[in-house]
Amino acid sequence: MNASISDVGRRAFLARSGALVVAFSLAPLQGVAQEKTGGAKLPGSLEKAPLLDAWIRVGADGGVTVFTGKAELGQGVRTALTALAAEELGIAPAGIVLVTADTSRTPDEGYTAGSNSMKDSGTAIRSAAAQVRELLIERASAKLGVAAERLHAKDGNVVADDGRRVGFGDLAAQGYAEVRAKPDAKLKDPRSYSVVGKSLARVDIPAKVTGGVAYVQDLRPPGMLHARVVCPPSYRARLRDADVGAVARMPGVVKVVRDGSVLGVVTAHEFDAIRAMRALAATARWDEQPSLPHGDLFAALQALPAQEIVNADRHDGAAQGMRRLEATYTRGYQMHGSIGPSCALALYQDDALTVWTHSQGVYPLRASIAEMLHLPAERVHCIHVEGSGCYGHNAADDAAAYAALFARAVPAHPVRVQWMREQEHTCEPYGPAMIAKLSGSVDASGGIAEWNAEGWSNSHSTRPGGAGNLMPAWYLATPFAQPVPKPIPMPEGGGDRNSIPIYTVPSLRVVHRFIPAMPIRVSALRSLGAYVNVFAIESFVDELAHAAGSDPVAYRIRHLGDRRARDVVNAAATRFGWEGFTRKPGHGRGFAFARYKNLAAYCAVAVEVSLEHETGRARVVRAAAAIDSGQAVDPDGLRNQIEGGIIQSMSWTLFEAVSYDATRITSVDWSTYPIARFADIPDRIDVEVIDRPGEPFLGTGEAAQGPTAAAIANAIADAGKVRLRDLPLTRAKIKAAIGV
Amino acid sequence: MIELDVNGRRHAVDAEGDTPLLYVLRDHLAMNGAKFGCGLGQCGACTVIVDGKAVFSCVTPISVLGGRAIRTIEGLGTPDRPSPLQRAFIDEQAAQCGYCIAGMIMRAQALLDANPSPSDAEIRRHMAPNLCRCGTHMRILRAIRRAAQRVPTAATPLRSTPT
Amino acid sequence: MIDLRAVRCLSMLALAGAALLGCAESPTTTAQTAAERTFDRAQVAKGAELSALGDCRVCHTGDGGRAFAGGRPLPTPFGTIYSTNITPDAETGIGRWSRDDFRRAMHEGIDRAGRHLYPAFPYDHFTHVTDDDVDALYAFIMTREAVSARTPRNRLVFPANLRPVLAAWNWLYLDARRFTPDPAQSAEWNRGAYLVEGLAHCGACHTPRNIAGAEKRGQPFGGGDAEGWHAPGLLAASPAPVEWNADALFRYLRNGFDAEHGLAAGPMAPVVDELATVPEAEVHAIVTYLTSRTGQTRNAPANERIAAAEQREFDAVGRHAPDRASEASASSAETQDAGEVIFAGACATCHYAGAGTPRTTPVPLALTTSVNAPTPQNALRVVVEGLHPASGEPGAIMPGFGSALTHAQIVAVVEYVRARFSDRPRWTDVNATLHGIEREQPK
Repeated sequence: MNASISDVGRRAFLARSGALVVAFSLAPLQGVAQEKTGGAKLPGSLEKAPLLDAWIRVGADGGVTVFTGKAELGQGVRTALTALAAEELGIAPAGIVLVTADTSRTPDEGYTAGSNSMKDSGTAIRSAAAQVRELLIERASAKLGVAAERLHAKDGNVVADDGRRVGFGDLAAQGYAEVRAKPDAKLKDPRSYSVVGKSLARVDIPAKVTGGVAYVQDLRPPGMLHARVVCPPSYRARLRDADVGAVARMPGVVKVVRDGSVLGVVTAHEFDAIRAMRALAATARWDEQPSLPHGDLFAALQALPAQEIVNADRHDGAAQGMRRLEATYTRGYQMHGSIGPSCALALYQDDALTVWTHSQGVYPLRASIAEMLHLPAERVHCIHVEGSGCYGHNAADDAAAYAALFARAVPAHPVRVQWMREQEHTCEPYGPAMIAKLSGSVDASGGIAEWNAEGWSNSHSTRPGGAGNLMPAWYLATPFAQPVPKPIPMPEGGGDRNSIPIYTVPSLRVVHRFIPAMPIRVSALRSLGAYVNVFAIESFVDELAHAAGSDPVAYRIRHLGDRRARDVVNAAATRFGWEGFTRKPGHGRGFAFARYKNLAAYCAVAVEVSLEHETGRARVVRAAAAIDSGQAVDPDGLRNQIEGGIIQSMSWTLFEAVSYDATRITSVDWSTYPIARFADIPDRIDVEVIDRPGEPFLGTGEAAQGPTAAAIANAIADAGKVRLRDLPLTRAKIKAAIGV
Repeated sequence: MIELDVNGRRHAVDAEGDTPLLYVLRDHLAMNGAKFGCGLGQCGACTVIVDGKAVFSCVTPISVLGGRAIRTIEGLGTPDRPSPLQRAFIDEQAAQCGYCIAGMIMRAQALLDANPSPSDAEIRRHMAPNLCRCGTHMRILRAIRRAAQRVPTAATPLRSTPT
Repeated sequence: MIDLRAVRCLSMLALAGAALLGCAESPTTTAQTAAERTFDRAQVAKGAELSALGDCRVCHTGDGGRAFAGGRPLPTPFGTIYSTNITPDAETGIGRWSRDDFRRAMHEGIDRAGRHLYPAFPYDHFTHVTDDDVDALYAFIMTREAVSARTPRNRLVFPANLRPVLAAWNWLYLDARRFTPDPAQSAEWNRGAYLVEGLAHCGACHTPRNIAGAEKRGQPFGGGDAEGWHAPGLLAASPAPVEWNADALFRYLRNGFDAEHGLAAGPMAPVVDELATVPEAEVHAIVTYLTSRTGQTRNAPANERIAAAEQREFDAVGRHAPDRASEASASSAETQDAGEVIFAGACATCHYAGAGTPRTTPVPLALTTSVNAPTPQNALRVVVEGLHPASGEPGAIMPGFGSALTHAQIVAVVEYVRARFSDRPRWTDVNATLHGIEREQPK
């Protein structure tokens, strides 16, 4: 089921498997054993799952199955991991079946998040594939009586220089079940790559453009029932009563489920579920309490108790600041707004539960659902199936939890829970409001002498790691409390991600104030704190550059010690045509750079913005970017992610803010939370991929979010001579700033 | 019982007249192309073609579709034999999560059927009702232009994996 | 839609106008360009506010065009007129116009070359604007960005395309006087009168016009047409079931929306967008004046009316109502009105008061002016075209149903909505009105 679930992929998979894994089998399979190793660290996630056959299996017919604990989110990771394995094994990517995140079949790699998939899983799979290849070569050497140096792997065979060959299937027949990975693998020389580093056609796209089965929303096991939830209308709402009886008698209704304030309906046909949900919602009476921030949001947040975390503190007394600047940058709440609201299927049978979900973390989800249902974890099986893009922790886990609850209410029937648009909009966890207060000074030569940053934020991760972070569990008759969140430690960080400027600065103090109390539900949104922190830093660097009388790009180069950082800055500037840019009336240019987490991908973005003076409307006319993600496995995939990140960040930056009143979230749909449409899309986006063969994988998915925001703010400042610091940079704010 | 003409085939559907076409396609006819994105006519993930025009299947009840020609993405082509527009989307790798893409393709198909050589401004204006959250817009526009012009664009040549 | 009777009327005016040609105005000769003038900042700011009240930018900006650069087509019974480029561009805009040229255009409807302007440019209202305010507008306009853009040629039928007709028209209908306050009224009333009769030119849309296209003085704000939309009668002349009062009108003008009346749509939407940017006192003044001219009734919100309207929507969706959940779905498609079935499937997702889930809830249809208006024009427009806010801005989104529904189906559902949600007599011209709208749609 986890094979590429296009019709083509599935046929190939079913044809190849010796033992057919029936998609909706009843007994959960054993989870993959995880062990610790002693000695030198193994590459990537091999450290957590060191047995080679946890990652790579070769069937009797020579077909290769690769297992990853990561999930395809639309970022193309399925294609990239397949390419790595194919390269090391010397077979065509089409000869590989990739199985993704499944608690019964794949290693536990935690969450597919943080742009770590290539670093964690890619590194492991590449190494494991190389080691399996060498293992098979050794066996062939023994079998053929030929030295291993005279053998190489090609197209599913081990071939000797005299032409004799043995198939992978023969060599793997006895398995390699107990073989542990070694820290060092004989990796292919990147100069000899034939698959990696070339732009690959994504294996999932053909099904997606022809109506094939591609998403969890497309699953239709026999006997499946449909379900809809009636979500609480506000965080503290409690269900007083609902006319369960009347709704249960509606046509097509199989069951109405109520457990405390958890409320939903199960039907045979989908539209009946929607009708019944509306009827149920109409009869439901809730007790609600106002609990949302009112007045000045940022003042309210800063008044809450906070934990102080000092992330940098060094002072070079010699540095003399001459001209001092201060600026405070802010952002309210922004949502993931996945285009397809969350969906999950669950089947409860023989005291065991199977859940098909687009959660980013099937293992943590399994533990959380098991806790919620008081089941042993081994009796819960979570399988990742693609949903629409999630961009972080959205409502996927909550939909899965509701599906589990309803499945238990109608055992032996697969139950499909589909959230409605309004539910996804109002109940999902948002990117938290943030404040970044910066001050700094430039010295006599114009260099940055001193930098101080103070940031405030809620947690950026309330992912299920327990039932307490599953939203429906809060509303059960015996509820689970949401645990007090803890900050994500640096160097990764949460609200402090990317709060330490990467520039060379003699005196630096960076403090984060972690606010545990969350008046509005929040969690991880693509790039976490980096979006606001890079927006702040890169806006402030422009303000400092302006004070120093320096060109913004030259100013950055001056303060960047890392050669790869400078390369990315220069590449983006060149692509944009920064030198010799001619400003049309009402147009401006802006630049920004960041290294994600100060240790991952390097990304620079330059934009040209046109400002409509009379309305304050800003439009990104064109963008140019450069990305260095280390070894580029799939350059077109990288380009796709950066193009998409630029457009999504542009939408966040110009339009997006969650609205709410004293009690309820009022951003309920696209009319009340507008995002970019085709009219807003730039004329051109050029992305240059800087490939670094042999370098570690640095990830890509989140690298463009922060730089795009600052580049736009800097371009607006250039075009309209106004500096805006409160996201989103709406027409109304721009017009108010530029005046008549 | 209502009879619907979907991609040239007649289907007898046992559903109430006020059932939106989207649920009949997905639930009764087990078709995956049209997707649920909002159910409110705001996002276009459910877009199909009726009598040559792009419509939101989530707010089109089947009671209005008797005797009318419904086309879905399944009717354009298959992975082995994609239509020119589907081929263009594959060649341009015009998808990230891909959830919006079937709706985009049907919306674009309706434009190309009526206007085989649209300008860039016409394409953008026509596609406005459809949302993409991943930011795949540049590639979507390139794919539509590619299908309209039937000439390759300056996209980086791809190494295709044979399927 | 060309109105042939109106055209015949104009033919008579053409003859009269020919007689008046000797009285045509002469062109002016000043050559100073905009760039050579400097303006006081306070005056420019005042001009910006006045411009918002007068909606200059709304008319003088084409679809996707640059601000004030003209090119917007205005359909009239005599054909299509294009708004002109009023940016300070010397060649294609009004960059060479002096202050006096500008005054003459605003007060008399005559351009720098001495030609008559069409009263689609409502100089018959702007004539009431004081010299000081016209000068402030001049300062504002002359400090906008100059845009080179040629105005498309007007497409008017004979003899409307003859400017001498306008000389006769002015002679008959133009009352070229500056506003004089009424000492018996309050300052706020007078301010409102000055704005409404002058810059805001409400009557240009909301007052019915005679055969020559001039406003009927005896029916101020009694209802008119603008750009293919019906502009309903105001306040006491409104067909809305909940009476308008000062509070409701203020909310509507300031926010573009009133919970008891509905949403500003069509050509009114940009008007309320502009009114959101001017001082509140100006909007209060407009309301004070209008309510005195047209009357208002009670001041209490009509709770019973609202509840009843919501109940109608609730009932309209039939078996969705939970108290009917136990009834078997006995009513089959044949016994139900086709319009009712379409409404339940296509409209009820949004236009249903009882859903209970957090939603964007449109104002109940029974309360909206368009459903209760004397003509189905607006209801049809919205059903066919939908509602689309500006990109990136929050606002009601309604999909257009012009493609999903056939002509007959649109007629059925709109007739159903009128019958179900309004107490007024049924519309008899839905079919014909829809044909008119369809003829305009781009293919």
